[in-house]
Amino acid sequence: MLINEFLLLGAALFAIGVYGVLARRNGVMVLMSIELILNAVNINLVAFGALHNSVVGQVFALFVITVAAAEVGVGLAIVLLLYRNRASIDLDEVDAMRG
Amino acid sequence: MFVAETMVAQHIAFGVIAAVVVIGALLVVTTNNVVRAALYLVAVLAGVGASFLLLGAEFVGITQILVYIGAIVVLFLFGIMLTRAPIGAEPRLTGRNWPVGIGVAVAIAGVLGYALVDAFGSDKLPPGSHQLTADVSDSIFSTYLVPFEVVSVLLLAALVGAIVLARKE
Repeated sequence: MLINEFLLLGAALFAIGVYGVLARRNGVMVLMSIELILNAVNINLVAFGALHNSVVGQVFALFVITVAAAEVGVGLAIVLLLYRNRASIDLDEVDAMRG
Repeated sequence: MFVAETMVAQHIAFGVIAAVVVIGALLVVTTNNVVRAALYLVAVLAGVGASFLLLGAEFVGITQILVYIGAIVVLFLFGIMLTRAPIGAEPRLTGRNWPVGIGVAVAIAGVLGYALVDAFGSDKLPPGSHQLTADVSDSIFSTYLVPFEVVSVLLLAALVGAIVLARKE
C-alpha cells in the first residue's frame, strides 16, 4: 500500500476538524472537532511508524490518545461550568473579554 | 498470487474505511443534531481504529476502540445531557463565520495534499510491516518510561481538575 493513502486520509480528517472548530458555535461540538484533529495526527504517527518499521509511532499515538482523554475531561468540565454560569454553551455569546 | 490478492483486499478495505471516515467526519461537522453528531463520531473513531489495524498496529487500534468509543464518546454524551441540549435538530449549531472555516479548511487540505504528494509521491509501505505489541510495550517501559510517567501524572491532574471545576459549590 502507498503511504500517501493514509497520509492524505489524515490530511482530509485534519482539514474537516479545523472547519468544525472554526464554524461550530456549540462548545461540545467544538470539542468533538478537536477529537477529529487528534485522530488525524494519530493516523500520521502510526503510518510513519509503519513506513520506518519502528514502534515509536505507535508509542506516541498511545500518548496522544491519553492526552486526548485528559483534554476531553477538562474541556467538558469547562463547558459545563460555562453552562452553569450562563445557561448557554453558545461560544458566540462568550465575549466578556472582547475589547 | 497470494500476495497480490492480499494487496487487492487491503486496497478495498482501505477504500471502505476512508469513505466511512471522511463521510462520517463531514456529518459530524455539518449535522444539526448534537446527539447524532456524537454517533457519527463513533463511526469516524471506529474507522480510524480499523485503519490502525490495516497498518499492523493492533494494540493502538484496540486502545482506540476502548478509550475513544468506550470512554470519550460516553463522556461526550454526558456533556450533551448535562448541558441540556435539545434532542431534536438545533438550527443554530453552525456560526456566522462558516465561510471562513471552509476557506481555511480548503487551504489546509490543499497545502497538506500538495506537500504530501510532492514528498511521498509513490513511496510504498514495506509489505507485511508489523510491529509486535511486545516491542511497543518494551519501548514504553524502557526508552519512554519518563514520558509515560509524566502522562500518568497529567491524566491524574486532569481528572482532579475536572472534578474540582465541575463540582457544585
